[in-house]
Amino acid sequence: MSFLRRRKGKAASDSEPPSPPIGDESEKEKEPQTQKGQQQKQNHKKNGGEKPHKWSCVDSCCWFIGFICSIWWLLLFLYNAMPASFPQYVTEAITGPMTDPPGVKLRKEGLTAKHPVVFVPGIVTGGLELWEGHGCADGLFRKRLWGGTFGELYKRPLCWVEHMSLDNETGLDPPGVRVRPVSGLVAADYFAPGYFVWAVLIANLARIGYEEKTMYMASYDWRISFQNTEVRDQTLSRIKSNIELMVATNGGNKVVVIPHSMGVLYFLHFMKWVEAPGPMGGGGGSDWCAKHIKAVMNIGGPFLGVPKAIAGIFSMEARDIAVARAFAPGVLDKDVFGLQTLQHMMRMTRTWDATMSMIPKGGDTIWGGLDWSPEGYCNCSAKKVKNNDTNGAVEKIVNYGRIVSFGKDVAEADSSKIEMIDFRDAVKGNYLANATQCDVWTEYHEMGVGGVKAVADYKVYTAGSILDLFHFVAPKLMARGDNHFSYGIADNLDDPKYEHYKYWSNPLETKLPNAPDMEIYSMYGVGIPTERAYVYKLTPSAECYIPFQIDTSAEGGSEDPCLKGGIFSTDGDETVPVLSAGFMCAKGWRGKTRFNPAGIPTYIREYDHAPPANLLEGRGTQSGAHVDIMGNFALIEDVLRVAAGATGEELGGDKVHSDIFKWSERINLDL
Amino acid sequence: MASRSILRFRKLCYVEPVSSPSVKFQSFQTPEVEKTDDSSVEKKQWKRKKQQRGWRCIDSCCWVIGYMCTAWWVLMLLYHSLPVALTGFQVPESPGTRLKGEGLTALHPVVLVPGIVTGGLELWEGRPCAEGLFRKRLWGGGFTEIFKRPLCWLEHLSLDNETGLDPPGIRVRAVPGLVAADYFAPGYFVWAVLIENLARMGYEGKNMHMAAYDWRLSFQNTEIRDQALSRLKSKIELMYVTNGYKKVVVVPHSMGAIYFLHFMKWVETPPPKGGGGGPSWCAKHIKAIMNIGPAFLGVPKAVSNIFSAEGKDVAYIRAMAPGVLDSEFLGLQTFEHVMRACRTWDSIVSILPKGGDAIWGNLDWSPEDGQSCDRAKKGYLQSTSGDNNFSHNDGNRIFQVKEPVKYGRIISFGKESSQLSSSQLPRLDLKDLIHKDSATNSKSSCGGVWTEYGEVSSESIRRVTENKAYTAQTLFDLLRFVAPKMMQRAEAHFSHGIADNLDDPKYAHYKYWSNPLETKLPVAPDMEIYCLYGVGIATERSYVYKMSPPNKCKSIPFRIDGSADGEAGSCLKNGIHFVDGDDSVPVLSAGFMCAKGWRGRTRFNPSGIATYIREYRHKPPASLLEGRGIESGAHVDIMGNVALIEDVLRVAAGANGAQTGGDRIYSDIMRISERINLQM
Repeated sequence: MSFLRRRKGKAASDSEPPSPPIGDESEKEKEPQTQKGQQQKQNHKKNGGEKPHKWSCVDSCCWFIGFICSIWWLLLFLYNAMPASFPQYVTEAITGPMTDPPGVKLRKEGLTAKHPVVFVPGIVTGGLELWEGHGCADGLFRKRLWGGTFGELYKRPLCWVEHMSLDNETGLDPPGVRVRPVSGLVAADYFAPGYFVWAVLIANLARIGYEEKTMYMASYDWRISFQNTEVRDQTLSRIKSNIELMVATNGGNKVVVIPHSMGVLYFLHFMKWVEAPGPMGGGGGSDWCAKHIKAVMNIGGPFLGVPKAIAGIFSMEARDIAVARAFAPGVLDKDVFGLQTLQHMMRMTRTWDATMSMIPKGGDTIWGGLDWSPEGYCNCSAKKVKNNDTNGAVEKIVNYGRIVSFGKDVAEADSSKIEMIDFRDAVKGNYLANATQCDVWTEYHEMGVGGVKAVADYKVYTAGSILDLFHFVAPKLMARGDNHFSYGIADNLDDPKYEHYKYWSNPLETKLPNAPDMEIYSMYGVGIPTERAYVYKLTPSAECYIPFQIDTSAEGGSEDPCLKGGIFSTDGDETVPVLSAGFMCAKGWRGKTRFNPAGIPTYIREYDHAPPANLLEGRGTQSGAHVDIMGNFALIEDVLRVAAGATGEELGGDKVHSDIFKWSERINLDL
Repeated sequence: MASRSILRFRKLCYVEPVSSPSVKFQSFQTPEVEKTDDSSVEKKQWKRKKQQRGWRCIDSCCWVIGYMCTAWWVLMLLYHSLPVALTGFQVPESPGTRLKGEGLTALHPVVLVPGIVTGGLELWEGRPCAEGLFRKRLWGGGFTEIFKRPLCWLEHLSLDNETGLDPPGIRVRAVPGLVAADYFAPGYFVWAVLIENLARMGYEGKNMHMAAYDWRLSFQNTEIRDQALSRLKSKIELMYVTNGYKKVVVVPHSMGAIYFLHFMKWVETPPPKGGGGGPSWCAKHIKAIMNIGPAFLGVPKAVSNIFSAEGKDVAYIRAMAPGVLDSEFLGLQTFEHVMRACRTWDSIVSILPKGGDAIWGNLDWSPEDGQSCDRAKKGYLQSTSGDNNFSHNDGNRIFQVKEPVKYGRIISFGKESSQLSSSQLPRLDLKDLIHKDSATNSKSSCGGVWTEYGEVSSESIRRVTENKAYTAQTLFDLLRFVAPKMMQRAEAHFSHGIADNLDDPKYAHYKYWSNPLETKLPVAPDMEIYCLYGVGIATERSYVYKMSPPNKCKSIPFRIDGSADGEAGSCLKNGIHFVDGDDSVPVLSAGFMCAKGWRGRTRFNPSGIATYIREYRHKPPASLLEGRGIESGAHVDIMGNVALIEDVLRVAAGANGAQTGGDRIYSDIMRISERINLQM
């Protein structure tokens, strides 16, 4: 309506006598008007007073939009009419003939589908959809809240956060909200459009004859603790039933399980659950795993946790925990829309019990103490050193064991010089600014200045004391987490207390099942600097804030290349350090140990990271990065061979690029 | 906000007006501008010249497109920013919300069994022409591939002509999960409304399962190739255990009803042919079967589909892709192609009319005799005018057809032969004809589209038409004659007769399992069987055929005689006789088993499983805003019928048949059943 009126007004002004032409070029607005006037006169002359045809700005806009649209459509049409092989043709013209994808190659070798395959996705990669929501989520029934395009995150961010959060007390659904995992292969084939997770592996398996009936995506709600997936969704029972079904319908061939990332821990939990008697367990009997599982091929498994989880819980700042940051940088940057985005995120992720499953396990024995760490030297740039041997590889001792230290000097100082004031008994104090103003709930609001200071005064935290720190700053979170996860090392595995489910996902507090024919693979990428320890500082005081943040000014420079932006890095796959991914298969489970009483053979397969050669390759076929490794041709080939019946020996046994064996040697663990 | 920015933009790019047809006038105008002699003006002039040159038809086009786009966007924006309540269409409270308010919650796990054509199919392995379609839907969804590469699409959807399984090098599989059949095409719901209402009551993935199967295969082949039956068994057992040992409620639709019949027999049969669940599996795991629009005794539509690929809308292909199906589109023999593809699908044979003359009527008699076709129309006229006292016994009242329609003649050649008395009809034993003449009719010049008609000589085609009329029994001779390979393949999987002695060991064979007239229901006295279907829509029942004009490349020799119309108010329209039904399944087929065949303790139902008939009178949507209506009785649209949804929800929440109200009947089904003389 307003459009019409305005246009009429313009028409009226156009018929006014034109002002004399003005020489000034800058007055662009007036000039065309005068010309228009002139033109109009002529128009009148020529057409004998016929109503003039209007060519106003709206028309140019329309013209412009129409032009763009037409071109767009034309391109779209051409794109659709393009033969499907065209992009490949172009790529080949530029980079030379592409190697056959592993599926095609192995099919030519005569491999076919034999063992059914079970995928266990990790944290954040699985899709979640809404089944019941509050009023603000109208119309989103069975739409993806997590995974997919994340469209709702932009449209209604607060509503989204509200629905993605869990209940703060129980760690289950808040009342009136039901968000459930997507089921089927679609749950985690693509995380976002074009960003594959399992899709490449699935496509290659299909090439050698796999299909829905022989592939199963064990999707679960990765936000809640492992045992709660069974309590709420009966996920573990469903996995058990599906594996049994697949073994039965595929001629008794055992399944090959492929967990990724946190799925590795989830499947450890499953293996204990399924053999435990009901009601806490699945009641499958003590030989269930031996009867149903041929191999467990862990991809990038954080067996012993990831340091990233610490930063995530402590200050919500891990470089990319919860890929969310990468996907929604705008939303996560502080104070967009004047909202406390980071705090919102923190509140949301703190309701997710599953993040606690990845807190480093094994304490100082595994991760190192104040003066000692298994890695010892900084060799995060190992590859570079290898390339120019002339350098002599001056390696610098890094105190990786100090996972959190306040200040760079503290991180590097000798342990005797650090004055540690115990914070455990410190009074938390009351936070003066009334917490009601900050409608965002993070437990930091219940902590006073004294508490913050006490935390900072302790200066250095190792993997052991970090747990105490968490109990201090986030008591509710840890109270919930302690019911579901444990982070220690068992002295006596036969202690009946280890029958409790909270120990099941910790490889250092459980025994592997009695299945000597089973094989365990640990497959992970190496050659990428991976977060290992952090330098923290206090945040300048503000109304509602997170009192700690990573000291991004702490740079190691050339003498200490492992310290960058307040983060000490080590070798790994960008998320999981080699130590966590490899130790169990390199030492903890190797041979007949107390953690592996049946002597299940273990194999380590490392994949050296090689970034994609050019943009056309997308995320690369030789990547070693945590998620991109799922598209690594060498890894896919290994998986396909095992699925088609090969054993670890036939595959070539261990393939190691990193120093994992050396580091494992230095860990003094009673086996 | 948006309009303000547009205005600002308008101000910035204020361009001089140029009218489209006035190219001449502009040349006249240029000298005048030259008066202002300035270098900058020259520049301007050049600029304008360029503009004048540019302003042609293309610009107008761009202008129009831009205008439309903008208008579209503005409308979209307005639509999206509009609160839902303002659309002017007051959404009535959904049954799920209402029943939740009554305190009903999820109790029994629910299994949904989709019917033919509604389930999605996706590609797992294909020929080079299907590159890039890995795990993309070939069936269901956007159907864009039909338009892009129609022949490739048909090739991949066809099955092997000999085995009825995958052709070599092609693997097309059913989409699993709820997405398999929640929407058939974007915006065209099938199960979505029911799923949403169940979810309102508390259902979710763990207690709701879509038993997706490849609906092109014969039922037993879904087990052989995909282990679909084993998976369904395992799923039901799992849901039974994880939901506190609550039995499941099964909701099959259309062909899913006979698929589930097959399943029930399969699961109790010992391996290797069956699932080995033991004779009490159904009694232990199933609370109720709520068949929606079940095609228990087959649908006549399947006949015309096999015979000439011409069903009014079987397989919805026509509706979804009218352009492709119009004959000679792109110079291709589209019908023939479709026919060839359809004939490789064994499952179509499963919905051919079962029970022969005893059920569907013979040359002179049919159970529906005396029913008026006006009835359907009148039915809804009355109901729309608010008159609801339309009970089932006044079917005779509106009886006005002069000569009774001979529904028993499912196919007749020529309108006359559909009305003549049987003594006047010529008789011919088709068995004499069977392929004594494999004359090569040189159809190879027509692009090698294989339909079996190519192997039938025109002489025998002529003699087929001389037989004039075919009943449900003789129909099979006809089909065996025109489509020998298909029938030979499919009849190893399906049977269409009536059993004399159900204890005969031959009935242990799986080909009888999907025929309710040749199997016994399982021993499960606590189970309940519902027949839920729509009535009040004219439904295909029998056809008047003619020979197609001879055409070198037209290899389907018969087609429905679209010119055969009865007088006003008769049942004959465009060569098709109609009866009451839900647009696809006649009342007879959907209701007979629940009304008589299984009612009480009969030989088909030895344990006396309770049966209930729930009919839903069709009421078209009152306005466009209602979409496909919330009181529809049409075969697929009934899945959005609020009354039906409420019934399903109540049973799922624990009610039994008596609590939901027992039988609810609008049609003549009881009278029709009475007239069928079947030994019980």
